[in-house]
Amino acid sequence: MRRTFAILAANPLSLLGLVLVALVVISAVFADFIAPFPAHRGAVVDFANFNQPPQWPYIFGTDLVGRDLFSRIIYAYRISLVLGIVVLAIAVPIGVTIGLLAGYLGGWTEYLLMRLTDVFLSIPPLVLAMSIMGVLEPTLTNGMLAVTAMWWPWYARLVYNITRGEREEGYVLAAEVIGASRGHVIFREILPNCMPAVITKMTLDMGFVILIASSLSFLGLGVQPPTPDLGSMVAAGATYLPDSWWLTVFPGLAILVAVFGFNLIGDALRDILGADQ
Amino acid sequence: MSAPMLDIRDLHLSFKGHTGLTEVLHGISLHIQPGERVALVGESGSGKSVTARIVLGLLQDLPSARITGQVLFDGRDLELMSSRARHALRGTAMSMIFQDPTSSLNPVFRIADQFHDVLRRADPSVAKAAAHDRAAAILAEVSIRDAQRVLNAYPFQLSGGMNQRVMIAMALANEPALLIADEPGTALDVTVQAQTLQLMRRLVEDHHTAVLFISHNLGVVREFADRLYVIYKGRMVEQGPTDAVFADPRHPYTRALMAAVPHLTGGGIPEIAEASPDFAAPLVDHEAEAPS
Amino acid sequence: MTAPILRLSDVSRTFGTGDGAVHAVRSVSFDVAAGECLAIVGESGSGKSTLANMILGIYPPTTGEIALEGTVLPARRALAHRQAIQLVQQNPLSSLNPKRSIGATLRLALDVHGIGAPADRAAIVGALLEEVGLAAEYARRAPAALSGGQRQRVAIARALACQSRVVVLDEPTSALDVLVQARVLRLLDALRAERGLTYIFITHDLSVVRNIADRIAVFEKGRMIEIGDTETIFSAPSQTYTRRLISAVPVITGDELALRDKLAAHTKEDAP
Repeated sequence: MRRTFAILAANPLSLLGLVLVALVVISAVFADFIAPFPAHRGAVVDFANFNQPPQWPYIFGTDLVGRDLFSRIIYAYRISLVLGIVVLAIAVPIGVTIGLLAGYLGGWTEYLLMRLTDVFLSIPPLVLAMSIMGVLEPTLTNGMLAVTAMWWPWYARLVYNITRGEREEGYVLAAEVIGASRGHVIFREILPNCMPAVITKMTLDMGFVILIASSLSFLGLGVQPPTPDLGSMVAAGATYLPDSWWLTVFPGLAILVAVFGFNLIGDALRDILGADQ
Repeated sequence: MSAPMLDIRDLHLSFKGHTGLTEVLHGISLHIQPGERVALVGESGSGKSVTARIVLGLLQDLPSARITGQVLFDGRDLELMSSRARHALRGTAMSMIFQDPTSSLNPVFRIADQFHDVLRRADPSVAKAAAHDRAAAILAEVSIRDAQRVLNAYPFQLSGGMNQRVMIAMALANEPALLIADEPGTALDVTVQAQTLQLMRRLVEDHHTAVLFISHNLGVVREFADRLYVIYKGRMVEQGPTDAVFADPRHPYTRALMAAVPHLTGGGIPEIAEASPDFAAPLVDHEAEAPS
Repeated sequence: MTAPILRLSDVSRTFGTGDGAVHAVRSVSFDVAAGECLAIVGESGSGKSTLANMILGIYPPTTGEIALEGTVLPARRALAHRQAIQLVQQNPLSSLNPKRSIGATLRLALDVHGIGAPADRAAIVGALLEEVGLAAEYARRAPAALSGGQRQRVAIARALACQSRVVVLDEPTSALDVLVQARVLRLLDALRAERGLTYIFITHDLSVVRNIADRIAVFEKGRMIEIGDTETIFSAPSQTYTRRLISAVPVITGDELALRDKLAAHTKEDAP
C-alpha cells in the first residue's frame, strides 16, 4: 500500500489520470444529476436555441437541433463506459482462457487456438468491425459484438506469451509433481501470475475501446441517433467547421480526456503491479 | 610500496527507494597493488557485486544511488571524473568477466566482430584484419588451438567453457591494468571451472594484471587470490593474505563461513547459526597486526 | 533383505528420433533401499536431470522399468504413485508461486491427496512449517517475504505434506549461501532419520555429497559409470572420470588438498 502511494506521489501524471478518469466515471454514473438538461439526451428539438456557441446555461454550446452539448457529452460518457465494460467483460475472459489453454497445453490445442488468434489479428480492426456491422444491423448491441470480436485476440496473445514463460517455472512443475489437476495448474497457479499484465491492459483498453466505438459511430456504424455518442457528435459537427467549432471540439476533447485518463492510469498500474508486458 | 592500482576508501552506498533510503555499503576500504590478485568474499546481499559496479563506474549515473567516499583508480578519483571519462576506462584500462559467459557475449555477432569492437575501444583505428590477427594471438594464449574456427563462430555454437575462455581473452585483449571478475565460472561444470581458473591465474600473472575477484566460494578464492577481504552486510569483517586468513580465521563471521563449508574429506555438516550478533564484530586486519 | 523401495531396471530415455536423437540416459539399473540417501553425481549433459524426471514420472522411460516397492510404475501415474515420490527443486525463487501464500501452497498437497480432514488441514500446515523450522504463522505470508533458505524449507515442507517416502532432491542447496546451505542440509538429514525418508540427491557438488550421501552413482554422458558407498568412491574411485571430478572441487583445508593430490596422481598413472 505504502509503495502504491509512493509511486503515485512520485508520478504526477498518474494522479492526473486518476482525476480525469474519476471525472469521466462520476459524470457517467451521476449523469441525471449533473446534466443541466437531462431530456436533451433524447430526440428533443429546440429551434429557438439551435447551434449556439458556448454561453450560459449552454456552457459547451448547443447542437443543430438546439440540444445542450454538455448534457449530451455526459450521457455519451455513460454509453461509452457501458460499452467499454461490456466489451472487456466478454473479450477478456475469452481471450485469457484461450491464451492460457494454448500456452499451457501446447501441441494441437496451441496450434489451432493460436492460428485462429492470428487470423483475427491479421484483419485490421476497423475493417472487421465494419464488415460485421455491414452484415448485421448497425445497432449498439451489434457494435459491441463487433468490437468484442476484434478485441479478444489481443488478450489471447498476451496471456499466451506469459503462460509460455510461466509454464517453465518451478512452481508449475511442483504442482504437477504433487498431482494437481490441469484446471488447478492453469487457473489457480498460472492465471494469478497473468493478472497484473491483464489488468494493466484492460485499463489501457478502456480508453481504446471508447476510441474505437467513437470511430465506428463517426462512420455512422455505431450508436444510432438520437442516442448521444461522442463519435457521432464529432461526425455531425465536422461539416460545420470552422464556424460552429464547438460542435466538434467539445466532443473531441471529451474523447481525449477519457482515452488519455485511462492511459495514464494504465501506465501507473504497470509500475504498481510490476507487470512487464 | 608502490601506489595501489585500486584504492577504495570509506565507500558508502545507499539506494533511494519508494520507501526511503537503504544503506548497502557502510564505509568499506580496499586496495589492490598492480599485478595483485585480491578476492572480495561474501554471501548474497553482502554488497560485493555493487562494489564491483561502482569500481566499473556503472552505479554513479544511476539517479537512485547515493555514493560517498573515494574510489581511486591508478591515482585518479572516479567520483570526480565525468561519466564520459569513466566510460572511456571500461574495456581499456579496466575490464570485467561475468558469471555466465554465454549470456555476456552478444549472440548475433561472430566472435571475430566482437573482438574487433573490443580492440577498437583502445585503438579506434584498428583495421578488421589486424584485429583478427590480434584476436587469434590472444585466443592462442587461452589455449584455444583452432582460433580461426572460434573467431568465425557465434557464441551459441561454442561450449560454455569455450565461451568463458573467449570472455577471458577479450577482457585481457587491451592489456587492462585491472580485471574485475564477478563469480567467474560459477555457471560452469566443476572440471571446466577448475581449468578456467587455472588459465585465468596464469594469464593475469603473465600480463601482470591486477584482479578484483568477487566470489562466494571459499575454495575458489583460496586457489586464486593472494589476498582477500571478507564482506558481510556492507562491512568489511576480515582482511589479510589468503594463507594467513585460511590458517587462522579470527572474525566470528569468517570462522562461521569456513566451518559451514562441507569438506571433501567428510566430517558431517556442522551446526552453525545463519546470523549472530558476533558477526557485527569490528574488522580483523591480519596485516595491521603483523607489520612487515 | 527387504525389497528395495525403488528399482530401476535397464532404464533409457531418448529424445527425438533418427539422426537427431539424443540418448539422454542409457540403460541404467540400480536399487535404492528404504531410508537410504543415494547421490546422483554428474556434470551438465550427464543425464542426471533426465533420470530425476523419469523417477518423478514427468515423462516415462523410452525403455526399461521403474518399480516402486515392487510395483512397476505405469507411464501415466496414479495419484498414489505421485504421493509416494516428491521433489525439492534447486531454485526456491521459482518453485513457489509468487501469487499464492505459503499456506495455500502447502494446502494444495493436502487437498490433492486428501490428507487429514478438511477442517484439520490448516493445523497440519502449521505443524509442517514447524517441522522444517519455521513458525506456523508463515502460512499467511507470500513467498516474496521469505529469504532463500526459508523458501527452501517451505519447498521441503511441501514434499513432506504429501507424506512421500522418496524425495528427489534436485540440487536443493546450490542456490543458497553457504551458512544457509549448512542449516538446510542438517534439516534434510534430521528429517530423513525422523520420517525414514529415502533421498535421491541430484547434485554436482561433491563436497556436499561426501557429507550427506550413503551411496553415490556417478553419471557421465547418460551412462552410470560407477556406483558405490560414499567412503569407497572417495577413497578408491574405480573410474578416471570420478577422480577427475573429485580433483576439480575447490577446497579449503590441507587434508582435502592431500586427498585431491592423491587422486590426481592416480589419474596421471591411468592416463595412456
